[in-house]
Amino acid sequence: MQSITTIRKPTTPGGWIIPGLLVGFALFLLIGSLKSPLFAQQTVAGLANGGIYASLGVALVLIYRATQVINFSQGALATFTTYIAWQLMQWGLSYWPAFVLTLGIAFAGGILVELIAIRPVERRGNILTVVIASIGVLILVEGAVGWIWGAEIRFMPPAFPAHTIHVGSVAFSVQDLGTIGVSIASVLVLWALFQFTKLGLAMRAAALRPEAARFVGVRVSWMLSLGWGLAAVLGAVAGMMAAASPSVLLQPNMMDGVLIYAFAAAVVGGLESPAGAVIGGLAIGAMLNLLGSYVSWVTPPLLLPAAFVVMLIVLLVKPSGLFGRTQVRRV
Amino acid sequence: MAALLELREVDARYGQVRALHGVTLTVGEGEIVALLGANGAGKTTTLRAVSGMVKREGSIAFSGRELRHEGPEGAARLGIAHVPEGRGTFSELTVWENLRLGAIIRRGSINADAKRVLALFPWLETRRNQQAGTLSGGEQQMLALGRAMMQRPRLLMVDEPSLGLAPLVVAEIFRILKELNERDGTTILIVEQNARNSLAAANRAYVLETGHVAYEGSSESLMQHEAIRRSYLGY
Repeated sequence: MQSITTIRKPTTPGGWIIPGLLVGFALFLLIGSLKSPLFAQQTVAGLANGGIYASLGVALVLIYRATQVINFSQGALATFTTYIAWQLMQWGLSYWPAFVLTLGIAFAGGILVELIAIRPVERRGNILTVVIASIGVLILVEGAVGWIWGAEIRFMPPAFPAHTIHVGSVAFSVQDLGTIGVSIASVLVLWALFQFTKLGLAMRAAALRPEAARFVGVRVSWMLSLGWGLAAVLGAVAGMMAAASPSVLLQPNMMDGVLIYAFAAAVVGGLESPAGAVIGGLAIGAMLNLLGSYVSWVTPPLLLPAAFVVMLIVLLVKPSGLFGRTQVRRV
Repeated sequence: MAALLELREVDARYGQVRALHGVTLTVGEGEIVALLGANGAGKTTTLRAVSGMVKREGSIAFSGRELRHEGPEGAARLGIAHVPEGRGTFSELTVWENLRLGAIIRRGSINADAKRVLALFPWLETRRNQQAGTLSGGEQQMLALGRAMMQRPRLLMVDEPSLGLAPLVVAEIFRILKELNERDGTTILIVEQNARNSLAAANRAYVLETGHVAYEGSSESLMQHEAIRRSYLGY
């Protein structure tokens, strides 16, 4: 009789290295910010990017936990919903009503994609076929965006005024602070949904042990669809925040780079842990922005490889990521 | 006695492999029935056929109603609690969340149900926030029974409750099953390799061999049966 269970493994060799590095990095950011106003500004700008990576990273984690598949179409879906928000604003809606309406549309869209593209192949195939289906959705959705809205760069109205807030001698951009706030808030709302509601419990049970969940009456396939819907909502938040950032802007392939950073964030966090993806996202965002502004030879094209280097180092030191669970086979 | 569960000529297969060959059995309202047999005889498959977890042919009726494409979710909603092999513990969730999941499809308060479970397993109270995976095997089996009680089942199907447990713990599990049956009138179908304990608890039993019913009868008559004594009771 064998059963495979996942349990937390507290005593990994070198298990203290990553948490130690993280705390050290946080202290570094804090002390640097207190010493230098420019450093503080760059840190906050980096954390704003990190918030975007974090919300898209949590979207990846949600689907990975339920199906063991990386959803390659997560970024394209986010782009699509961001264009919808832009379109709604073109039609005269102001920012926040358009934002909320877009979240609703993203939720329905995520469910629809799962029902049409994923469920049929999942039923008869294996993990690989689902991955291929998600790449298919990526190509299809990105093509649809270009076909509907064209390839030219659009201007997305920012969610927050272009003011700065002065704290001492430091000028924080309201846009950056708002982006951090919205991304963290969306992740927290989702966390509360999972932790404190009956539906959230059913969704967790469905992801952890689908068969046992069905025996207590949980409609597991419906829970998976809901998971796709919620992931799409987080993606929409990330997309709308990213489109306002000058380094991304609203264009058909705007989320390609963001998806890679989000993937790095999710992997650093252990792929199964939403909290890990948030911390991973914030850390990567802050670190890359500081590297870009302080190290002269790190030019923007080098930032993406830098994210991979971070990911590689984490995987070498702790293969299961910061908050990952180690697979243990009990015999 | 009215039949709560009735299987007629049930076949089931995993891909090309036929696991059940025309199983016919009845579980009466309020009975404890044991399903015995060696490894691979089709005991677990019989339960999975009732739950709709495997492809099946033939007729399965629950409470007079033909089960067709309900699947396990539907069977749970009709009042069938299935504690699978390996107990179906959600090891990453807390003890309380595991219990809560038993009543996940029911609206309204679950306090009365929780009280009943805690009266039977008082130790669950102090460990409600503990990860269920950290419980011992016996505790997990009791948690699984508690979770099944939260479902307020009309039929409780338990797969190998004694597997891997110490004899004292096994005796306790069977005592609890008997109590659930006598106090709440829950009908119970037990799948077991441990023939001695299950025959002692059950009213009737079926013995499966290679996917069909080889013997059936009251527990007393099966305990006297020469072949069964030799193959399953070992004396």
